[in-house]
Amino acid sequence: MSGLARMIGQRLALGAFTLLVVSMVIFAAIEALPGDFAEAILGQGATPEAVAAIRESLGMDRSPVERYFAWLGGVFSGDFGVSFNQLSFQSQYGQTGERDVVTVADQLAPRFANTIFLAATAAAVAVPLALTLGILAALYRGSIFDRAANVGTLTSISSPEFFVAYILILFLAAANPVFPSISKIHADLDFWERLYRTVLPALTLTLVVTAHMMRMTRVAIINLLASQYIEMARLKGVPRWRVIVRHALPNALAPIINVIALNLAYLVTGVVVVEVVFVYPGIGQMFVDAVKLRDMPTVQACCLVFAAAYILLNLLADVLSVLTNPRLRHPK
Amino acid sequence: MRTGRPLVTIRDLKIEGLAGEDWLPIVNGIDLDLARGEVLGLIGESGAGKSTVGLAAMGFTRDGCRIAGGSIEFDGIDLVAASEDARRSLLGRRIAYVAQSAAASFNPAHRLIDQHTEGPVLHGVSSLQESQEDAMALYARLRLPEPESIGFRYPHQVSGGQLQRAMTAMAMSCRPDLIIFDEPTTALDVTTQIEVLAAIRDIVDQFGTAAIYITHDLAVVAQMADRIKVLLKGDEVEENDTRAMLAEPQEDYTKSLWAVRSFRRPEQPPAGQGAVPVIAVAGVTAGYGTAPDVLHDVSFDVHAGRTVAVVGESGSGKSTVARCITGLLPPRGGEVRFNGEALPAGYRNRSKDQLRQVQMIYQMADTALNPKLRIRDIVGRPVQFYRGLRGAGLRRRVEELLEQIELEPALYIDRLPSELSGGQKQRVGIARALAADAQFIICDEVTSALDQLVAEGILKLLDRLQNELDLAYMFITHDLATVRAIADEVVVMKDGFVVEAGPKTEMFTPPHHDYTDLLLSSVPEMDPDWLDRLLEQRGVDNIGEAARGRID
Repeated sequence: MSGLARMIGQRLALGAFTLLVVSMVIFAAIEALPGDFAEAILGQGATPEAVAAIRESLGMDRSPVERYFAWLGGVFSGDFGVSFNQLSFQSQYGQTGERDVVTVADQLAPRFANTIFLAATAAAVAVPLALTLGILAALYRGSIFDRAANVGTLTSISSPEFFVAYILILFLAAANPVFPSISKIHADLDFWERLYRTVLPALTLTLVVTAHMMRMTRVAIINLLASQYIEMARLKGVPRWRVIVRHALPNALAPIINVIALNLAYLVTGVVVVEVVFVYPGIGQMFVDAVKLRDMPTVQACCLVFAAAYILLNLLADVLSVLTNPRLRHPK
Repeated sequence: MRTGRPLVTIRDLKIEGLAGEDWLPIVNGIDLDLARGEVLGLIGESGAGKSTVGLAAMGFTRDGCRIAGGSIEFDGIDLVAASEDARRSLLGRRIAYVAQSAAASFNPAHRLIDQHTEGPVLHGVSSLQESQEDAMALYARLRLPEPESIGFRYPHQVSGGQLQRAMTAMAMSCRPDLIIFDEPTTALDVTTQIEVLAAIRDIVDQFGTAAIYITHDLAVVAQMADRIKVLLKGDEVEENDTRAMLAEPQEDYTKSLWAVRSFRRPEQPPAGQGAVPVIAVAGVTAGYGTAPDVLHDVSFDVHAGRTVAVVGESGSGKSTVARCITGLLPPRGGEVRFNGEALPAGYRNRSKDQLRQVQMIYQMADTALNPKLRIRDIVGRPVQFYRGLRGAGLRRRVEELLEQIELEPALYIDRLPSELSGGQKQRVGIARALAADAQFIICDEVTSALDQLVAEGILKLLDRLQNELDLAYMFITHDLATVRAIADEVVVMKDGFVVEAGPKTEMFTPPHHDYTDLLLSSVPEMDPDWLDRLLEQRGVDNIGEAARGRID
């Protein structure tokens, strides 16, 4: 088991390094975009003096390298900075930083909680659904059910998610007003009301991620059906469903877990489009707005959250895969 | 033992297998009768249909096979007509199966005892508690170490011979009327095999279970079966009581099977004093990665025109010696000399000429030949690489090599490996080794994946080539019959040490090293009383792993 602890340690260190690289790439990418925050926020009223004033107040007259390391130094001391957007209003109203400053972290936290809520709702439906469909498709492979499940999930994964979202809105919000088409979420809502307003975006995400997980479950199980221990189980008179669930599935878990992790990571990072469509107040919305405004501290923070989600979920998948292998769990 | 109505009656059984889009016959009308408590041996070469018939006796066909005709009756139940559920209620409960590779047939994800109790509990034969206690009793009966706790291990934590016995225990878990043993000892080392054979026979006797024992090894079936049925390409050749069958086989095919172990290479005169060996392994110590040494001070010589057989069981280090000689695994100590000159340890540091001199022929010709290349390229590549021949010269040389291995060049030069039989693939493997004009060839279990008749053809070919080209062979094998047939000298290895080395005749005459004695006495003979005698002489506790553990 010390091998596992070492693996986790190594991967976390590597993950931290990856985050550093991600932050550099993001910073460079924003630098490379035409225009900057000052021009974006002033829009039509961008006189050279106003632009220069805002730039100076944001410290953007310094060199990019200097600004990057200033930001990085803040991160290491736990300060992700303050959104330019917050600062700009202060400078416009002639106020100084003495007012209560809303930091990026403060802004991000509720948004992040919303996104996690959406992702968790989608995952709570999609993962059991995908596993069940995959197992059933493997059990009845070649049957009408198998083909229908494949066609259905492939159709939903092949359509762009905004398209799926609008179709759902059309049928479940416009034609039959069952669910709200706009997910107005705020802190005062109770759990059920919040869940009710999350249904459509969660359903959209479910349709998008189920296909992948279901097909991997099906294939991973079917690949094992030619194994001798499966034949042995059948020759012991074990019923078909039990052959699949008890004898094939435990050995098929590693690839399935990996695909689930990739899809869960996608639920966190790939929600951008869905959140925009449903005006869902999650991290994706915030990210899109921040990119439009070239709001560097916010973009950076969002990206780091996305990257960390990917890294942690993949690490979790690898750890679980190791744990499903009896050879590693019970060494000789 | 043969009383009352037969347990199994098979009449005119026809089975077809799907090949591409066509159904091809695999079994063409076989009759089989088995009485309660009787053991029937099914023997034949690969493709004879013996496993297919064995599974059919359970009412089971593999995917891609179907029963095309005939009837299978088990204790009055028509298995062909029976419903899926009716058949399933028999499987495991009244008919059980023991597979060739226990390692592959136990589910790696579950403990042995959980797999053992699954059948009895599912079929409602006994409760979980009863079944667990019974499993421990069976483990003890089958002489497994620590019968109380071994069941709580996972398959990978248990050795191959132990797994095979645990699988026999699992087959017994519902006390079936019939067990199908499908080559249960083929994958085991010879000393382990004895232990498993003795255990199987003991437990089948004890419970009066009928059995169909499938194998290609005549000497094994002679110990196990009351009657023997010989199959060839889906047809029955003949059937008779074991003793009668061994004494007087009627059909030519059966006689040829009996005679197959007759090939003997004439003994070569010993190498002269002071002759320089082609390959000298001198004090080689080696190991993988940072792990401890797996070879300890191994030394032996191989002279031109002579064959040295390196004998030992799995894990004895015989293949590691080959890796050291070829330079794939640089030794940690000692050296390998070629014609008196030390070879660089790693193959990367060897010159093309040094590489050329050491060639290998592999056990699995299937995986050793690139399936996408034609024979001309497989054999032509070393010709081009080592001799620099091209165009017409290259083609002439490849044709010459194919003639040497007795494959008609015009017919075979443009074929893919998948268009050859197992024996022909192994011949191409030989041609590839010859293409380098090597003086020394390592043959790594080259015949163990082949049927006996085909294997004999390969041995004869290797013998002829050795005489013509004055080759030196190092023959890695665990099969002592092959050693007898082809070796001049024998090196016996155990746990990375050479325990005995010398000329073949000395090796096969007592006194032996204890381990050599165990190896030699563990080779089954074509005498139905051999196993009884051996158990009487050595004692039931002095065979297999137990005996091996006691030898240093």
